[in-house]
Amino acid sequence: MKKMNKITKSNLITYVMVIVIYIAAQAMVMTGNMSSLMQGLLVPLCAYVILAVSLNLTVGILGELSLGHAGFMCVGAFISAFFSKCMMDVIPMAGLRYFLALVIGAAAAGVCGILIGIPVLRLKGDYLAIVTLAFGEIIKNIMNILFIGKDANGFHFSTKDVMSLGMEPEGKVIINGPQGITGTPKDSTFTIGVILILLTLFIVLNLIHSRSGRAIMSIRDNRIAAESIGINVTKYKLMAFSISAALAGVAGVIYAHNLATLTAQPKNFGYNMSIMILVFVVLGGIGNIRGSIIAAIVLTLLPELLRGLSDYRMLIYAVVLIAMMLFNWSPKAIEWREKYAEKFKFRKKAKAEEV
Amino acid sequence: MSFISYLVNGISLGSVYAIIALGYTMVYGIAKMLNFAHGDVIMIGAYVVLTAMASAGVSPVVAVLLAVVFCTVLGMLIERVAYKPLRNAASPLAVLITAIGVSYLLQNVALLVFGANTKSFTSVVPIPPLVLAGGNLTISGETIMTIGACIVIMVGLTLFIQKSKAGQAMRAVSEDKGAAQLMGINVNGTIALTFAIGSALAAIAGVLLCSAYPTLTPYTGAMPGIKAFVAAVFGGIGSIPGAMIGGILLGVIEIFGKAYISSQMADAIVFGVLIVVLLVKPAGILGKNIQEKV
Amino acid sequence: MALLEVENLGISFGGLRAVNEFHLHIEKGSLYGLIGPNGAGKTTIFNLLTGVYRPNEGIIVLDGENIVGKKTIEINKAGIARTFQNIRLFKDLSVLDNVKAGLHNHHSYSTMEGILRLPRYYKVEREMDERAMELLKVFDLDKEAETLASNLPYGKQRKLEITRAMATDPKLLLLDEPAAGMNPNETKELMETIRFVRDTFHLTILLIEHDMKLVSGICEELTVLNFGQVLAEGKTSEVLNNPEVIKAYLGE
Repeated sequence: MKKMNKITKSNLITYVMVIVIYIAAQAMVMTGNMSSLMQGLLVPLCAYVILAVSLNLTVGILGELSLGHAGFMCVGAFISAFFSKCMMDVIPMAGLRYFLALVIGAAAAGVCGILIGIPVLRLKGDYLAIVTLAFGEIIKNIMNILFIGKDANGFHFSTKDVMSLGMEPEGKVIINGPQGITGTPKDSTFTIGVILILLTLFIVLNLIHSRSGRAIMSIRDNRIAAESIGINVTKYKLMAFSISAALAGVAGVIYAHNLATLTAQPKNFGYNMSIMILVFVVLGGIGNIRGSIIAAIVLTLLPELLRGLSDYRMLIYAVVLIAMMLFNWSPKAIEWREKYAEKFKFRKKAKAEEV
Repeated sequence: MSFISYLVNGISLGSVYAIIALGYTMVYGIAKMLNFAHGDVIMIGAYVVLTAMASAGVSPVVAVLLAVVFCTVLGMLIERVAYKPLRNAASPLAVLITAIGVSYLLQNVALLVFGANTKSFTSVVPIPPLVLAGGNLTISGETIMTIGACIVIMVGLTLFIQKSKAGQAMRAVSEDKGAAQLMGINVNGTIALTFAIGSALAAIAGVLLCSAYPTLTPYTGAMPGIKAFVAAVFGGIGSIPGAMIGGILLGVIEIFGKAYISSQMADAIVFGVLIVVLLVKPAGILGKNIQEKV
Repeated sequence: MALLEVENLGISFGGLRAVNEFHLHIEKGSLYGLIGPNGAGKTTIFNLLTGVYRPNEGIIVLDGENIVGKKTIEINKAGIARTFQNIRLFKDLSVLDNVKAGLHNHHSYSTMEGILRLPRYYKVEREMDERAMELLKVFDLDKEAETLASNLPYGKQRKLEITRAMATDPKLLLLDEPAAGMNPNETKELMETIRFVRDTFHLTILLIEHDMKLVSGICEELTVLNFGQVLAEGKTSEVLNNPEVIKAYLGE
């Protein structure tokens, strides 16, 4: 029973941390202490935090390396933006429309997770990584050649250009190939983003500390032993993978409904983005959900905080990343840290005894 | 004729992928890590050639040699500073992320030194184009050079790995690091040598790539790097002939996809074929599928 | 009545005949030993019984049901649980969670109930905790319930693996060299626990041992395996005095 409390306490700290950061950020906005550039980062930041937490479910809890997380985000973003744009006149209530967009975005990404997961989860380690990377690139590529328009006769599709949609003159282009979707309602706010972060945390943390979470982690630790005690490996792998994908879809919805124009660029939906999310996860600690949140916040804000250094900021970002990795993971650095910590403890103890 | 012309172009592009993939595959085979910064070493190599020729006015041959030396040193330095300390880290992801950090670093150093503008690269290949079939088929000098270089590298590397003492050490280390150490093989030295060879190949690949597609930015290496990584997996990562086959297949698929299906869909086609191949042969074309022993 | 009946079991790897015409009859409630020199095929037989390998021929009948061709998880649900020669614990889970993972199919609630923390979650989790602690107590691991499995000393890791297998409530428990790496005292204690477990939980146990002396202490019946074939079988005392067996072990 004591352990139950320990977990509850740790989860509580995570929730409280998010709320405190939210309040602090809101206070800064209201008192005018936050630059408009920073304010513009708040909503994307919420999407990144959700991406990091959801990827940690795949990488840290399920123990499989995915390099295509941005692909699921991309699916959620485009499907939900498409929905919202089509429904702008049909459902005038922004709240309801946004809610439905969230459900649709998450479901679409989750279904993609299942479709990709069924064949792919039999692959191991680096092969799984490369296939997820390939999936992400394919999704990005498809979004760049897709044209969808709507007129009195219904929807028109093309993979060539607007002309080949063959619409009536009054028809409207909804997805315009490389120019993406323009005019998605900007319904995402920082507050909604934070609520969705809390919801993500609720799902992920409760899943981890439940029967299914235990099954997922047992597969991570030893697949053969998990099978030997009757755990359905395929089912739980697929469950973790698709929940992770669906949550990435939620992040995509937030991201899409914060942009005037949604396009699938390499830097927002390509492997670069997938890798950036992976950096959050590894730096924050594999399997450590709270760490993912902190890493996502720090690494998103770092380039902005370094803005004064103009041209050097990304360089410093790279150096900081390498240095932090070496400090956190190198066996020698860990040994040195432990030694130092012990010395410190010893000194503290000695002092206490003196008193 | 256009079919043959596409095929030749595909083999040429594939040869570049193959040379890059060799670097990936050797490093993976021996250090068991995905060196994400490998693609950026290509870009650095190309900049060195460009700078040496434009600013210092040296001859193309000297410039290429200079790039090879520079990249070799760079590769060994990266290994020593950023990867070696993490060789026994608790998670294999640690070194992967560090490699990503190194990739960012190289890109941003290039950005600061050479600027973000696209530089036009002057081809270093002195060979004149080959005109065949009464002018219907022209094979550029770059293509001949690239395919030739690829064959030479492939043969040379295979001989080196099979016959030389250092090559034997490499095979031993890739098989079992611990046992190799016990047999008196200098494991650290062997890994450093692998990085040196991989980086030297990357420099050559950079020159060939930029001679054929004469533009250069700090991000030039990223996509070919990823594609070459895909090629290495395609052929079976860790396998040298696999990297070769994977690279050339990938190049041919890409060019054919562009020519016959859709130029915008080329990447999707390449990655789609990869997924299908891995689902049929989970360890790649020439990879060994190892079952876990119970 | 026999709980397990194996007839004419065989498997080849490439050209190697690993197990040939193997048979086995285990009565309900017995403590049965499978012994043989290194490489005789003992672990291969465990892998065949648990569906890790599929036999080339032969039948395996558990409690009247043919289990050949079933998957490992189905065989576990049918009532066979095992431990591994090279310990396979969930190393980053606590000792308690290792056992609770074993209870997975017996104390069930849906993923949704878990995420939403519905009353059933609390009820079933409490049942699982109680049951897991009960089992851990048998192996004297209850005080280490919160420890990470990988932090346990070697002997206790072996015991935890047995506890986890027992949590699946098997009819037949397969133990692959449970005393490997233990000192004589620990071994003796473990053998007593195994007998105790069999008596209290009404289990049937098949155990692989390399060391004949250990087996003679607790197993009522034995099968001796050599080069993948049955060399001798029957009452422990008789088998151990069989000249063929002595020859196989001492090599003349």
